[in-house]
Amino acid sequence: MKRYPDVVAVAGLDLDVGRGECFGLLGPNGAGKTTTIEILEGLLDQDEGDVRVLGLSWHGDRAELRRRLGVQLQETQLADKLTVGETLRIFRSFFADGPTVDELLDVVELGAKRASWVGKLSGGQKQRLAVACALAGRPELLFLDEPTTGLDPQSRRQLWDVLGRFRAEGRTILLTTHYMDEAHALCDRVGIMDKGTLIALGTPRELVASIGAEHVVEFAVTGAAPASDALRALPGVRDVRVDDGRLSLATSELHETVPALLDFVRGRGAALSSLVTHSATLEDVFVSLTGRHLRDE
Amino acid sequence: MSDRGGASPPLVELTLARFREFLREPEAVFWVFAFPVIMTCALGIAFRSRGAEPVVVGIVESAAGGRLAGMLEADGGFTVRRIAPADVERAIRDGRAPVVVEPGPPPVYRFDQARAESQVARLAVDRALQRAAGRLDAFTADERPIAAVGSRYIDWLVPGLLGMNIMSTGLWGVGFAIVQARTKKLLKRLVATPMSRAEYLASHVLSRLLFLAMEATVIVGFAWAAFGVGVEGSLLSLAALAVLGALTFGGLGLLVASRARTIEAVSGLMNLVMLPMWVLSGVFFASSNFPDLMQPFIQALPLTALNDALRGVMNDGLPLTALGKDIAVLAAWGAGSFGLALRWFRWQ
Repeated sequence: MKRYPDVVAVAGLDLDVGRGECFGLLGPNGAGKTTTIEILEGLLDQDEGDVRVLGLSWHGDRAELRRRLGVQLQETQLADKLTVGETLRIFRSFFADGPTVDELLDVVELGAKRASWVGKLSGGQKQRLAVACALAGRPELLFLDEPTTGLDPQSRRQLWDVLGRFRAEGRTILLTTHYMDEAHALCDRVGIMDKGTLIALGTPRELVASIGAEHVVEFAVTGAAPASDALRALPGVRDVRVDDGRLSLATSELHETVPALLDFVRGRGAALSSLVTHSATLEDVFVSLTGRHLRDE
Repeated sequence: MSDRGGASPPLVELTLARFREFLREPEAVFWVFAFPVIMTCALGIAFRSRGAEPVVVGIVESAAGGRLAGMLEADGGFTVRRIAPADVERAIRDGRAPVVVEPGPPPVYRFDQARAESQVARLAVDRALQRAAGRLDAFTADERPIAAVGSRYIDWLVPGLLGMNIMSTGLWGVGFAIVQARTKKLLKRLVATPMSRAEYLASHVLSRLLFLAMEATVIVGFAWAAFGVGVEGSLLSLAALAVLGALTFGGLGLLVASRARTIEAVSGLMNLVMLPMWVLSGVFFASSNFPDLMQPFIQALPLTALNDALRGVMNDGLPLTALGKDIAVLAAWGAGSFGLALRWFRWQ
């Protein structure tokens, strides 16, 4: 539990993350993800509750935890006028054991940028450097706070590769993200947070299955919107949502729902102005749990 | 698995990083090196030793004024300027004529009592006019003016400029770097590592020493080359004092920056700390100009101690053992502010 003068940022969160696991905290901005991760990182004190990291407590074993954890913060800007190599040397110097600076550069594929100033790096390169700094002490547990926010798709994928290699060594990652595909691609388990509480917890597959439908049909029609009840009666449909004139159906039987929907619309003398289908994602899970989209900021 | 993976100990890496960041900031380099040289140069030229200069006297324009001007010119050592009757006060204020004579009898001397130059000119004019009117000197003193290197204003000024520079670069250099790291959340990132906080703060103070060696060499070297300002005492003592001064003001910089969240806030605090010392601590004029009541306070200021000690070595050739009080004042400020900064420091 963490209270601020005006808001309770995190209210009751009961969570266990196992060794070797990649765990993702997912949720919109302001859900309390950063507060949660900073409590775990020992940067914030919780007002109530018990926090154990690697079986240790921030009150008794701070120095040991600092040696065994790697941390990447959301807003850190590394010194612009130091080179990539110099920056890593500083972080590396804090740890007795760990990879060499050259090895760190290789892991994040920044060897060619060794002598470049940090200020000259692209957003993706800066993030990879931030992750390399977090890896300087060969941590058992890596905390990442929105590591790919604001990056282009290729840079995100490069960073995912780095994290994949870290995981392959059997070490643990706890990350926050508001990208569903990121959670899908990286995480063994995901906790969905909203308004300071955990509203769902499970593997990405379990969470998607929990809405009872593997597919989502999104469409819009000309004329008046049809009644939800009529749509709910279509074959395979489990859930209906109306959002700004756009309708979306969660369905377990896409091949039955779509022809029935076309007949239904034609029967009303209307026409479809758009039709999109996709496999259900964690985004749909969030929408079905809260009625809001993740990126409504 | 190698120890520190090819990196040096944290204190070395952090200090080097500070040093590199500074050198890659051209504006900062200018302020630290070029500024004091320009300052020394400008002041050296303004206050250069000019030998016996004629005293400028204003004479109010009139027929009698013409006779007075003749008397003064005959005496020698005066430059006479004719001043319109309506212009007298302005001429004194502007410094065009430090004293203006309105022909008498008896003559009237108009001058500014608060200005030494004005008073000296009044005495010189009075003496010349009294002599011209027939007064005889009771005796003629044997005059031995001092013009030796080591006793000019510039000789006294340079140690003060060195002290002032050590103060301002110490405060600005440390304070700005700290607040910048804080606003960029770099401090927060660093405390999420096993880094020692005391070592981080110490690296900022230590990096001052690397700059100091350059700053002090530039100032002292330039003053020597351009104005012949020498160091009477040992260079080693001077270096030791400069190091102590840099550590002290580096520590003070940490304290000033220990809680500030923005560059604006820290700039305001720095000026608040430095301004009184610029005025009170004897950079441009002796601190003994201030009333006795203020002296205990002035003597306790770190810049007063540093300037006194630097002048002791540069002007008077004193050994460090004779400067115990100043050294103690500096050490107390340095240790005290480092300790407080470590306690109060806001890392996030």
